[in-house]
Amino acid sequence: MSVLLIAEHNNKELKPFTLNAATAASQIDTDVHAVIIGHNCEEAAKALSKLELVKKVIQVEAPHYENFVAENFAPVIVKLSENYSHIVSSANTFGKNLMPRIAAAVDTSQISDITKVISNDTFLRPIYAGNAFATVKSKDKKKCVTIRPTSFDPCESSGGSAPIEKAEAGEEFVLTKFIKREEIKSDRPELGTARVVVSGGRGMQSGDNFKLITSLADKLNAAIGASRAAVDAGYISNDHQVGQTGKVVVPDLYIAVGISGAIQHLAGMKESKIIVAINKDGEAPIFSVADYGLEADLFEALPQLLEELNKLNTIQK
Amino acid sequence: MKILVAVKRVIDYNVQIRVKEDNTGVVTDNVKMSTNPPDDNAIEEAVKIKESGKATEVIAVTIGEEKAQETVRKALAVGADKGILVKTEGILEPLAVSKLLQKIVEKEKPDLVFMGKQAIDDDCNQTGQMLSALLNWPQATFASKIEIKDKSLEVTREIDEGLETIEINLPAIVTCDLRLNEPRYASLPNIMKAKKKPIEQINASELGVDITPRIEQTKVEEPPKRKAGIKVSSVAELVQKLKNEAKVI
Repeated sequence: MSVLLIAEHNNKELKPFTLNAATAASQIDTDVHAVIIGHNCEEAAKALSKLELVKKVIQVEAPHYENFVAENFAPVIVKLSENYSHIVSSANTFGKNLMPRIAAAVDTSQISDITKVISNDTFLRPIYAGNAFATVKSKDKKKCVTIRPTSFDPCESSGGSAPIEKAEAGEEFVLTKFIKREEIKSDRPELGTARVVVSGGRGMQSGDNFKLITSLADKLNAAIGASRAAVDAGYISNDHQVGQTGKVVVPDLYIAVGISGAIQHLAGMKESKIIVAINKDGEAPIFSVADYGLEADLFEALPQLLEELNKLNTIQK
Repeated sequence: MKILVAVKRVIDYNVQIRVKEDNTGVVTDNVKMSTNPPDDNAIEEAVKIKESGKATEVIAVTIGEEKAQETVRKALAVGADKGILVKTEGILEPLAVSKLLQKIVEKEKPDLVFMGKQAIDDDCNQTGQMLSALLNWPQATFASKIEIKDKSLEVTREIDEGLETIEINLPAIVTCDLRLNEPRYASLPNIMKAKKKPIEQINASELGVDITPRIEQTKVEEPPKRKAGIKVSSVAELVQKLKNEAKVI
């Protein structure tokens, strides 16, 4: 039987993690169909049909799908699920909000946040903030799986030519009303997919001091991350949080500044290729995962680091 | 208004967990246990709503072995009025938990159900949404702000892109983020008083729900260890290493 992938989008474009989820879906079964639910999401549906791994697109349109309310989405997917052995989405806030609602409706014990497909019923997933990995085998007939996007490569966004079928919309769930979404727009690379991430913690001491992180991120074309402590203290907004209950990042270079390295933070970044830690406390646990540790006052080290990076550029020119 | 809060007993968030040598799970013997952190936020929010006069009763419910009662007792010590322990043994998956909670909801008829957005042991992030689906109630997940209206709630949710605000009609389910509030500590007099508050015990088997696990955990392993790193003595050395050794800048 085929796999049904739930596309994430903003009605105009596909969200990048849909490509990672498509890869994971194709490792379960190569017959991947993708459902896109939205309002005036023609363009995103076309982009979906071009994904190399997608064999068929099912588009479901209605005004009440404009804001991705799970109570509206779930019945659509439950109805389509009759024809599928697996339902797959990303384990980001979109998929986390939606998938359990589907799983409960089809009476399936969901498998969350997998990092590897071992076979079509067996998966690897982190537990205890990534301090252990469990191999789990689903005995349910229909399987609901969310995937950790950073553990799967994005598929090619071109080369496919899947047919787009329209499916009938469901009724509106009137007890839940979308009011507003406050998105912080930025020209920076997205935290989840950036090649370089510069993160600040409680050691930054104020929101104003985060300017030092911003300058370094500008220099390295990096995304900006933060520990939970920094977000809780109001230094920076929640969408920057890296960790067990925030985002998981796997950049080539992760620079942790003034972050002590609680296990909950490490859960979100310890798979990064190269980790740099700058902290004045030489005993801070962040040093245990760092490839390069610099025991220094960040307020001295960051300006120096910028200066050194500037020098480097001059030499390269 | 009546609020039901579901709490879970987990290994304390400060404990560095260890995988059992036979790879069947993690070591839980003689390990400090606590309330799942965002469940503390759920209790705190419910108690705050009651203190503001907008709720009349807060019930804390947990599902698990006899010892899970400690978690309910703690909720009673910070202001819940009554506790429920649904007794079970063995592994419980979120689907089973949500089915048991559905039975408790049908019995207690709360207007609101709160719980943490995720348990820090299995990291599933499912139970609230599943319960909401089973009851066909509105859900507000990852809540960082709750405003009580007449017959609804306005909830600010933390999403990957930033913040989202939705309005949900009661009855409803809310799963709480750690930023929702600052959970209080129980005072000694309140801990003493909590010992006199009632905890109703119900055997899961009496609720007529199939809670047989559907997922077989075949192996639990340690994560791959990172290769030990080095300390650099200066910023210049750091930059040189990143450029010439790691080749990432």
